[in-house]
Amino acid sequence: MSILIIAEHTNEALSSATAHTVTAAQAIGGDIDVLVAGEGAQAAADQAAKLNGVKRVLLADSPLYKHALAEELAALVADQGKNYSHILASATTSGKNFMPRVAALLDVEQISDIIAVESADTFKRPIYAGNAIATVQSEDAIKVITVRGTAFDACAEDGSAAVETIDASAAVAVSEFVGEELAKSDRPELTSAKIVVSGGRGLGNGENFELLYKVAEKLDAAVGASRAAVDAGFVPNDMQVGQTGKIVAPELYIAVGISGQIQHLAGMKDSKVIVAINKDEDAPIFQVADYGLVADLFEAVPELEKAL
Amino acid sequence: MKVLVPVKRVVDYNVKVRVKPDHSDVDLANVKMDMNPFCEIAVEEAVRLKEQGKVDEIVVLSIGEAKAEEQLRKSMALGADRGILITTDEAPGSLSVAKLIKAVIDEEQPGLVILGKQSIDSDNNQTGQMLGALTGWAQGTFASKLEIEGDTAKVTREIDGGLQTVALKMPAIVTTDLRLNEPRYAKLPDIMKAKKKPLDKKTADDYGVAITKTVKTLKVEPPAEREGGIKVGSVAELVDKLKNEAKVL
Repeated sequence: MSILIIAEHTNEALSSATAHTVTAAQAIGGDIDVLVAGEGAQAAADQAAKLNGVKRVLLADSPLYKHALAEELAALVADQGKNYSHILASATTSGKNFMPRVAALLDVEQISDIIAVESADTFKRPIYAGNAIATVQSEDAIKVITVRGTAFDACAEDGSAAVETIDASAAVAVSEFVGEELAKSDRPELTSAKIVVSGGRGLGNGENFELLYKVAEKLDAAVGASRAAVDAGFVPNDMQVGQTGKIVAPELYIAVGISGQIQHLAGMKDSKVIVAINKDEDAPIFQVADYGLVADLFEAVPELEKAL
Repeated sequence: MKVLVPVKRVVDYNVKVRVKPDHSDVDLANVKMDMNPFCEIAVEEAVRLKEQGKVDEIVVLSIGEAKAEEQLRKSMALGADRGILITTDEAPGSLSVAKLIKAVIDEEQPGLVILGKQSIDSDNNQTGQMLGALTGWAQGTFASKLEIEGDTAKVTREIDGGLQTVALKMPAIVTTDLRLNEPRYAKLPDIMKAKKKPLDKKTADDYGVAITKTVKTLKVEPPAEREGGIKVGSVAELVDKLKNEAKVL
């Protein structure tokens, strides 16, 4: 068996998601190569070479891959991936964007968002917003898989793989990058934070999220939000935790003013410890919370901040 | 320009599904079904483009069981002009669905295809991207804004750190994210009118597409239940429990 992992990176640095995907690859077993496609991505490739168990790093350095446009990246991955038994990427917005395109180019199905490896061809994945877990078996010659990072630990960084340069694939040239607008944050990244403090509609407005930031500051936590808070315009959408937002599984998840809709629970119910602060004692969030506090968040949250 | 909008019949998003006791699948008997929420957003976007005069015909397509006619009628009540229903014997996987949509594209020659980003049953998030590969067209996934300028579709996409804008050469594939728009409700007169709109009923065989299933579901289980939690009486007690019992602080 031979596995190709598509690295997620910002050209300058490797994203932590890749180390989680390597762990999933180790569970499948076989030789592991990592493909780093980007422009000026030597630094990311060097970091990938340190991931435990990685045999080779393939670096495709070309302006074609600067912004990870799905059309160009999928063409490259399909070209390179033909000779592997498994192609893996993180189930991030980038992985979700190009991997199904790779699968169709190779005429195989994709297995999305796996949370466990049963064997080289059998995997577990959540369906129906996490309300059921399906065990699926693939008969495809090449298994194209995206990996839910929070379900696998990050691998160690004690490797020393060789970095080989490979050629870019022919340009598809049907799309162009225009621009991006990234939300700025000094807080840890939501999907990798050990503690997440999330707010919902109960916060009332965007300014009140400051209460959560103060608590997050003391705990070195990331701040998340429910879809209701995002739709109400309190916070930007990249803070959304849920089926259609980010999936998190921190050590501690503190849900403040969040009722606990199915959609939200799908994004956080694998957290180790869940705390709910809500004034409605019948809110569904209390059914999954390890510790629930029925209280007005505007009193409880400042009190919590002082107590920390 | 003609727009093609594939829509899927799925379990209503408010329903908490249960796994069958024999672990073969989830139990969908007597469960309320509806149009996948992301598909509703796709239909709405197509209708808005038509209202802006950028689109002259909206064709909706559904693949699967015969009852999906309901979702096509709903789409037509919302403003789609006609429907195509392709029935299949068993539920097809994403790749087979993408191949069937590709066959319809070859026949209909739309300038744009708008799909939902994922269906809330399989949670796959694949069909639009696969269609991109099969057609060779550009894809604008997870769209929160769509602007058509001549033969270019400018798509603002929701990505992990924020937003990204791409320009796609048309014809192109767009998949919708939640914030693209707020779908309208169908009005009663429109629901009545939709009953008379044309609906082509086909089978997968008519398009010469074999439904293959290379990924088999061996088992469907309920997720691990969380241990019942406790309610604490005060912030002090909460902090104490987190420090000394859960040991997460």
